[in-house]
Amino acid sequence: MADTRTLEVELSTTGLDAQGRPQRSPLTVASYPALEPDFADEHMLINIGPQHPATHGVLRLVLELDGETVVRCIPHIGYLHCGFEKIGEYRQYNQIIPWTDREDYLNSIGNNIAFALGAERLFGIEITERCTVLRVIAGELSRIISHLVWLGTTCIDIGAFTPFLWAFQERERVYDLLERWVGARLTTSATRVGGMAADIPDGWTAALDGFIKTFPQTIEQVDRMLTKNGIWVGRTVGLGVMSAEEATNYGLSGPMLRASGVAYDVRKDFPYLGYETYDFDVPVGTHGDVYDRYLVRMEELRQSVRILEQALARLPGGPVNVDDARVILPPKSKATSEMESMIHHFKQVMEGPRPPIGEAYVVVESPKGEKGYYMVSDGTSKPVRWRIRPPSFVNLAAIPKMVEGHLLSDVIAINASIDIVMGEIDR
Amino acid sequence: MSDAAIVYPGVAAPAGTPVTPHNIPHRGGPENPSASALAGQFKDAIKRVDVVWGETTVVIDPARLLDIVKWLHDDPSQRYDFLCDVTAVEFRDADIPLEVVWHLRSLPYRRFLRLKAELPKGAPLEVDSVWSIYKAADWLERECFDMFGIKFRGHPDLRRILMWEQYQEGYPLRKDFPLRGRFSRAEQLRQALAQNPEARYSMDELSIVEAFEDLPADMRQRLGRGEKTGE
Repeated sequence: MADTRTLEVELSTTGLDAQGRPQRSPLTVASYPALEPDFADEHMLINIGPQHPATHGVLRLVLELDGETVVRCIPHIGYLHCGFEKIGEYRQYNQIIPWTDREDYLNSIGNNIAFALGAERLFGIEITERCTVLRVIAGELSRIISHLVWLGTTCIDIGAFTPFLWAFQERERVYDLLERWVGARLTTSATRVGGMAADIPDGWTAALDGFIKTFPQTIEQVDRMLTKNGIWVGRTVGLGVMSAEEATNYGLSGPMLRASGVAYDVRKDFPYLGYETYDFDVPVGTHGDVYDRYLVRMEELRQSVRILEQALARLPGGPVNVDDARVILPPKSKATSEMESMIHHFKQVMEGPRPPIGEAYVVVESPKGEKGYYMVSDGTSKPVRWRIRPPSFVNLAAIPKMVEGHLLSDVIAINASIDIVMGEIDR
Repeated sequence: MSDAAIVYPGVAAPAGTPVTPHNIPHRGGPENPSASALAGQFKDAIKRVDVVWGETTVVIDPARLLDIVKWLHDDPSQRYDFLCDVTAVEFRDADIPLEVVWHLRSLPYRRFLRLKAELPKGAPLEVDSVWSIYKAADWLERECFDMFGIKFRGHPDLRRILMWEQYQEGYPLRKDFPLRGRFSRAEQLRQALAQNPEARYSMDELSIVEAFEDLPADMRQRLGRGEKTGE
């Protein structure tokens, strides 16, 4: 790919070329005549992980190196495999929701929403207006959390420590909001089939409003710190390039795909939760490298704030849960005083709600990409198959393609740019 | 891939902005136009078309899988350029054949299509790999092989991915596989302790270094038998 971009580098380091990349003069054998002649073509096997702080979990990469250049990369996964999909076949639909927290644990509330949407498709349920907007708010907060963790950890990987603290400080503020709403930080289990576990508490919208008014300042701070920083640019530009055709063919999704120039966003192309009624832009990169993935994610943070503002302005009143005795438990007072309600309560708790025979593949735009749940029902209260389509898994599968030919130190930056969560990959 | 395959959703998309679907019928409803196009193109190879909860499922003859997927990918009126998922479904009723499911997406036309191939029980579970068309199929097919034991013919590197290479208990997502595994906890523990932690490189990786003499004895034996991974 012809790289014609010019970047203004403010804190420039010495030895940057015209494109802002650090110049590297390769060490040739000729310049070191003392080296043994056959030493040059000997390849080295190096093992990174599974316990390595820069692999973002228990990922293991086996690399074949020629000097410092990666010739081949063989990833190994599965160290966190716990058989979520198998366990799901033995659980009722609402009982699966806690499992969805634990796969992509940086986006747990987003997974809850995706699963609930899938189950509601299977049951043929239309959720209430208030629930729709609340889920949009939760989903975008979750995107902010995930991108902030990505930002912080990637900074650490590349050697910048301060933005990590800024990002994690803001992340704690979002977690405070979520904790007030659903009672947990990471393991939210916030949704139920047909609604939410809880409505937002009093004063919550004011707290959220305070957050979305001050959060953009942190984005700008990080932006000032990194976007034109010579070291950051030198460590990210031109690495792990995927062209638009390659990215599509490799099944990449989310910021990985958009950084390569394909404007595919589930929220725009296959909308859910009324995303078509919100005014937001889908940032698209042009070069498909690590730097563009950074720019895309930074812009997505700003767009999430825009969506949050609109959702907060339109949050309607009314019930959160649907009025459907098949899936929503009756109030406790009624369950103990009315015959009808007691029967509904008993049937739901003892047997579980039963969707009709059918199947549904429901996708949402998770921070990592296209997150899909494929559920097959045979008419019983437990799914016959519950399949997770993990975006990290498919994105990570392209890592050999991305790192081969780059330097060993760039493997860390490229791996960080994929934004993987091993809990989701191994499930 | 041809250079015409580059996609920019919204450019080639049909008029009208997509909206959140509401009140989707359980059966019936509008069918993906690709289904009738497939039926016209491949006739007998298309066994059934279902529309369930608004999603079109086309059940195909597994023998024609590669032709069908290639046509869907390349034909300018289809352009299914994005492979979402490859997975399989086994039903609790043992008489129902196992289904392999491909979820395809056409980004330019904003279409979603589910392809299914039925693999009867009793016959060997084999189907062609779509890796030559979609590179995304690499790990997805490996996972499907790992979990269901379905062999994907033509896959370049079909070996276990989530479970370890020497895993002996079979295929975890099959319905005859008990939830807690085939072996007792004691046996699982015994096997885990008996593992050689040094034998953690695949044969492929060991070919990088010429370190045969430094290998643990059991790896030398396996290499000596000509054993390959994933078999």
